[in-house]
Amino acid sequence: MHRRFVASAARNKKTSHSAPGPCVKIIAMSELFKVTIDNITIEVPAGTTILQAARKIGGEVAPPAMCYYSKLKGSGGKCRTCLVEVSKGSEKDPRPMPKLVASCRTTVMDGMEVKNITSEKVIDARAGVVEFLLLNHPLDCPICDQAGECHLQDLSYEHGKEGTRFEFQKRTFHKHDLGPYIQLHMTRCILCYRCVFTADQLTNKRVHGVLSRGDHAEIATYIEKSLDNDFIGNVIDVCPVGALTDKTFRFKNRVWFTKPVDAHRDCDKCCGEVQLWMRGDEVFRVTARKDEWGEIKDSSKGSTGWICNECRFEKKFASDWTIEGPTQVNRHSVISQGHYVGLKKPNETFEKVMNGREPRLFMDIHSVSEVNKPEIQLSLIHGPAHSDDFKENNKD
Amino acid sequence: MAVKLLLEKAHVEGIRTYDVYRREGGYRAVEKALKSMSPEAIVEEVKKSGLRGRGGAGFPTGMKWSFIAKPEGVPRHLVCNADESEPGTFKDRYLMEFIPHLLIEGLIISSFALGSNATYIYIRGEYAWIPDILEQAIAEAKANGWLGKNILGTGFDCEIYVQRGAGAYICGEETALIESLEGKRGNPRIKPPFPAVKGVWDRPTVVNNVETLAAVVPIINLTGEEYAKIGVGRSTGTKLISACGNINKPGVYEIDMTISVEEFIYSDEYCGGIANGKRLKACIPGGSSVPILPANLLFKTAKGETRYMNYESLSDGGFATGSMMGSGGFIVLDEDQCVVKHTYTLARFYRHESCGQCSPCREGTGWMEKILKNIDTGKGKMSDIDLLWDIQRKIEGNTICPLGDAAAWPVAAAIRHFRDEFEWHVLNPEESQVRNFGLAHYADAREVVA
Repeated sequence: MHRRFVASAARNKKTSHSAPGPCVKIIAMSELFKVTIDNITIEVPAGTTILQAARKIGGEVAPPAMCYYSKLKGSGGKCRTCLVEVSKGSEKDPRPMPKLVASCRTTVMDGMEVKNITSEKVIDARAGVVEFLLLNHPLDCPICDQAGECHLQDLSYEHGKEGTRFEFQKRTFHKHDLGPYIQLHMTRCILCYRCVFTADQLTNKRVHGVLSRGDHAEIATYIEKSLDNDFIGNVIDVCPVGALTDKTFRFKNRVWFTKPVDAHRDCDKCCGEVQLWMRGDEVFRVTARKDEWGEIKDSSKGSTGWICNECRFEKKFASDWTIEGPTQVNRHSVISQGHYVGLKKPNETFEKVMNGREPRLFMDIHSVSEVNKPEIQLSLIHGPAHSDDFKENNKD
Repeated sequence: MAVKLLLEKAHVEGIRTYDVYRREGGYRAVEKALKSMSPEAIVEEVKKSGLRGRGGAGFPTGMKWSFIAKPEGVPRHLVCNADESEPGTFKDRYLMEFIPHLLIEGLIISSFALGSNATYIYIRGEYAWIPDILEQAIAEAKANGWLGKNILGTGFDCEIYVQRGAGAYICGEETALIESLEGKRGNPRIKPPFPAVKGVWDRPTVVNNVETLAAVVPIINLTGEEYAKIGVGRSTGTKLISACGNINKPGVYEIDMTISVEEFIYSDEYCGGIANGKRLKACIPGGSSVPILPANLLFKTAKGETRYMNYESLSDGGFATGSMMGSGGFIVLDEDQCVVKHTYTLARFYRHESCGQCSPCREGTGWMEKILKNIDTGKGKMSDIDLLWDIQRKIEGNTICPLGDAAAWPVAAAIRHFRDEFEWHVLNPEESQVRNFGLAHYADAREVVA
């Protein structure tokens, strides 16, 4: 095992030796490698990772990734969900790799053959990783704000088993407030380190990190410090689970009830290009625009579309934004359900369907219910909605 | 009769001091190497010697050295891995404590061979008193012109720095060690790139074990060919074994890898037999991470050949019927030891030491510990044994660094060889709390023969 590491180190060394300086880099960039993933061959530039090549093919061939985030340098390799089998190293050195490799951190070689969903070993190992990730995860999806757009949910639906073999108490942590906008639910965290990389790469000074080790490792600020940086809100977007949540949105609505709308505003801090998650005219949540892999898209200016705290947390009225139109959610997940994609408007009118009769309201739910008042803007209530909020309003 | 290359002078009065060490022939190798040999020639000599890494993996040192990248204008570094944290292994401690100048001498030669002007010794924090010994030795070497600027007029500069760890087993893994040395959290890096290309501060780095670097001294003194004649096959030279457990004479022994395991345990020159007249039950030949071997597979391989204390013979039969030389932490268990409790103890250790970076190791080690605790305390179920097997299978090979493998192997080997003991614990929950399973069919191989 060790021998192979060093042997491939030698290979690496050789390439870096014969290719010093920037001129060779350009040659390397233009060079195309042929790689076969699950019997589909694709040509990608040298230096592409297996995961990125598989994402170009798309669909089920793309391995799931919980910790890798293409916009964050240095991320990946930790969660082990993207393990793939390399059945042929390259054209020059056709030996298979002895162990499964993390596709997010392994670059392709010319003539490489990779097995993802066609490999029993990979499917078995991935099921194991899903089980490991869920061991200490509370599975509190019914009360978790991330439910519906949670990558761990998607992963366990697709690759997990219906039951667990873990018969012990799960490890738990207390909830922490990281400043006025972000809440940390460490119990749900899968330690992907994405938020650590985000703080490293977007802010001048990171104030949170990983404390302790092993299964007691936690994301923390050590002494309860608040994260205050104009761009720190992006940790909510990169978090694959519900560990870091938006306090202005907590318990306000289920994500699948809200409709995503592309919008923009002139912001002097960030690109100002966002997604509004609306219900009716209410803006419940503002996030950056995400692609089908759940990663933040590039803005129209070309750079990654990170958004600032002001856009994310303080601009909660439709009037703050110029609305461009409904977002097409490409992600294969609950949030993509029923969101204008492939929507066909019916030609028939109500009257025609009902044989000429006018539709009639049997009962106005709002007039009988004490807690269902459309005039009360849920998004404006501080904290989770409570029946008192409606009663007070009734008195007024 | 036994050849001693490293510990030959370890018991000379005052060998810790420079004067005595020098009088006993110390620093001859540095003189020879720096004055009459080129760096390439030293690497070549180490290659010829067949020296294999003494830290556990047993990778040929000369080959490792030749992999180091040499880009123009980028400094290179040698790092000595003295983070000896493997349970059962204490050979490096002995070497550094008693004969520190041997390590310093090896480090100077190796730094010269690799072109490292700043060499680091990363020592585990629990060895609280050893950094002082090493720093004393470094100061003495420097005062006598073996370190510093322009050593022996060759134009080669070298400084050695001692860096203490803070008590993490994972920092013995080379990339975690590098992270820790840089002042970061000791998380292993994802390879590639390998340290030979990007190591400390992204510079080409070689990380070697204390014993490996000390062994460079006799190689230079004897020449590579002569060194290769000691030992057998690809296991050349001598190896320090730290023997512990239920034996009469625990301690650090230097062996030349031609003696049999049986001789090592029973000969008075080495372990001196099992303590208190008990019988041998099992043995972990290479530190806690390597598979445990029952007595009947320890002296003879599955093919019926005698098992010797060397890399090839100990790993004969793969993991099914063999084990590994590892780092030389030889742990002997007698008939009164409980394999289940033993495995639980190890699982607890690995759970505590997992860095928590990758999911199989972070979650799997904790899970295995909990199940083993249940079995040990008589709350286990029969299905738990198969579950343990399945968990270790899903950890092994799927992690970033070898700690996952190291946590999985002891559990796998214990279940493979001692499954009936686990089953007995499950079936007799009360009895298992008051007495031990004993030997059963792993009877002492010597007795079976007699």
